[in-house]
Amino acid sequence: MIEFIADKYNFWIAIVLMMIGFYAIIAKHNLVKKVIGLNIFQTSVFLFYISISKVNGGTAPIIWHPEGHAEVVYDNPLPHVLILTAIVVSVSVTAVALGIIVKLYKNYGSIEEDEIKLIEHNEPELDSK
Amino acid sequence: MIDFFTTHAPVLTIVVFIFGALLAPVFGRINNSLSYYCALITTALSFVLSVYLLFSVYNNAPLEYFLGGWKPPYGIEYRVDILNSFILSVVSFVSFLSVIYGYGSIKSEIYEKRHPAFYSVYLLFIGGMMGILITNDIFNMYVFLEITSLAGYALIAMGRTRYSYMASFNYLILGSVGATFFLIGIGYLYMQTGTLNLTDLAQRLQGHFDTNVVLVAIAFIVVGLMLKMAVFPLHFWLPDAYTYSPSVISAAMAGTSTKVAAYLLIRLMYTIFGIQAGFSGINFSGIIIVIASITILAGSIIAISQTDLKKMLAFSSIGQIGYILIGTAMVNKYAFAGGLLHILNHAMMKTALFMVAGGFFYKFTSTKINDLKGMGRQMPFASAMFLILSLSMVGIPLTVGFISKWYIILGAAQSGYWIVVPVILLSSLLTAIYFGRVVHNLFFKDSEASNTGILHAKIPYSMVSSTAVLVFLCIFFGVFAYMPVEISLKAAENIIGAMPWK
Amino acid sequence: MKDDVILRTITKFMLPFIQIFAFYTLAHGEISPGGGFQAGVIFGASFILIALVFGKNSARSKMPRNINDILLSTGDFIYAFTGLFCIFAGGLFLEYGKLPFHSAKEGNHIGMIIIELGVAITVAAVMMTIFFEIAGKEDD
Repeated sequence: MIEFIADKYNFWIAIVLMMIGFYAIIAKHNLVKKVIGLNIFQTSVFLFYISISKVNGGTAPIIWHPEGHAEVVYDNPLPHVLILTAIVVSVSVTAVALGIIVKLYKNYGSIEEDEIKLIEHNEPELDSK
Repeated sequence: MIDFFTTHAPVLTIVVFIFGALLAPVFGRINNSLSYYCALITTALSFVLSVYLLFSVYNNAPLEYFLGGWKPPYGIEYRVDILNSFILSVVSFVSFLSVIYGYGSIKSEIYEKRHPAFYSVYLLFIGGMMGILITNDIFNMYVFLEITSLAGYALIAMGRTRYSYMASFNYLILGSVGATFFLIGIGYLYMQTGTLNLTDLAQRLQGHFDTNVVLVAIAFIVVGLMLKMAVFPLHFWLPDAYTYSPSVISAAMAGTSTKVAAYLLIRLMYTIFGIQAGFSGINFSGIIIVIASITILAGSIIAISQTDLKKMLAFSSIGQIGYILIGTAMVNKYAFAGGLLHILNHAMMKTALFMVAGGFFYKFTSTKINDLKGMGRQMPFASAMFLILSLSMVGIPLTVGFISKWYIILGAAQSGYWIVVPVILLSSLLTAIYFGRVVHNLFFKDSEASNTGILHAKIPYSMVSSTAVLVFLCIFFGVFAYMPVEISLKAAENIIGAMPWK
Repeated sequence: MKDDVILRTITKFMLPFIQIFAFYTLAHGEISPGGGFQAGVIFGASFILIALVFGKNSARSKMPRNINDILLSTGDFIYAFTGLFCIFAGGLFLEYGKLPFHSAKEGNHIGMIIIELGVAITVAAVMMTIFFEIAGKEDD
């Protein structure tokens, strides 16, 4: 059992992080905490991608010997490239989310989801922007 | 010259949007109306290109385009066949008409200063969807999905009320979770096969459908895409997003974004998951049909209880997505054609309905159903268009709504999914109820004193004409349904292929 | 933080090195870890550092909003034009080998660097835009 966990510890870390992030997204009412949860959630996927790119005994996918006179095993570089794109996406999502939160705070004076809903329910306002 | 054009048309459909999105803010520095014309010309060009692509692939073989000259398993491949060029034309047509519509409504709903940014983001939004449709590389699909979603969050946040920020934020959280699920699914598929090209993936997945890795991948991808599609239990972001966004964006989004997510699921179901063959004892199409049936009924029932016109239309959209899923999941030529036709028909009907709702809002700054009493006398033309569109949504013969429902029921009868028939009939009845309520308010009630707050006396021609074109097409394609039916039947044959029908 | 002498002096000292390192990362992206994206992030971060240490207005005066917006579009234009140029040179979109340099190898080499330059400019401008937009609007 312990070997089963220890052998694949990187996947387990990805799963644990994913659950932590998912919990934060669902359970937290603070919008910034939700964004943090989303980031943890996406980071777990990055770890998962990096894990699947690992080749036994492989090294970083940079050509050490351009002439090719040495036998070097490289990791699979493609998931690294894919995850670079996904990181860019994640950064953009975070930026947009934070921008929206700034605007929400300016309009409502709060970043708690239930407080915002309460304010909206009590004093609905049209054309406030 | 024409050869050059045919070769490069797939990539040019995307490149015009890149240039348009970049030129719109640059022109906006000179004059706001220049950036409007930039958006107009870009969407018009993309519409011309997509129709050209549609005719080209309808008559000849599918087009392939290798980005950077790299051959498929290594590079990104763009592939155009009848299925995606059909939806490509629908999306670009709806986006083009929405821009025309926006000439009047954007000025009244969005700050002058934000117009160039609005057009730029709008073009990115549409361009991302065109990218999803045209690419044949699953990771590229994810990237375009995120481009269009990010642009969508920004567009919703530009809405007229302060709550549109909250609507946008909720969509952002759920949309990102959905896209990340899709990403995990891609990771599992890559783990199993080591490739990202759809055609290559389909070959390498043969015989691996009973491994847990592939099953988990399918589960993640289907759930992620259903979140994007707003299928019933995962629909919470959609009503707020449609209600609180600017009228143009409600109209454009209702016609395009969920349809594109549906296309993504259809494409993956048929091309790589092999829904035709069925795998490892799981009745894949059965599961999807059950989910879609629940979606249809739930969306229609919730729509009945709404008090806001735009929210009611949004819930109706959730229900209508179910038709597309139900038709395409049945693995039958006619049902598939019906589902595909419903993408076109629902895009036209729902875009036009949101346009009419935007027209009511433009004149009276309200979309509450109770405030619409007696509107039939004050805005006869808009109310008449609303009536025609409602009849089309219900599925009265001689309108487009009838055609797609007819083909779905025909396919259901052929393939033996009899449960679908009562679901569709019941949902038509529910649709009649919730649209009937609005029509009753429009024509048979006297206007109350509360809705006299007229904002604009006259609705601009741009708004009226773009809606009228869609309403005309709703009837035209309902009477002369030959062309779209032929195209979708041929697309269905190509996709389902030589597989035995169920 | 504006009064912290040590922080200000060290920032002033480090800034040129950070920015030169960004260019190094860009130029060496072909043969070692690095590339346009990383270079852009490092370059943008240097301006964020100025904003953190010397204040937002000081950083804005070094990178005005207009120039930032223009850079944002310029990078993308470089990318898209290179792609389009490859089409007119007889290749497919982004097929650098067909660029009119001496050989396909040379074309790949230079085309890649041009593309990376475009990416770097855009990423740097985007980093700054994101920071300034979230840190607070000047005119809203």
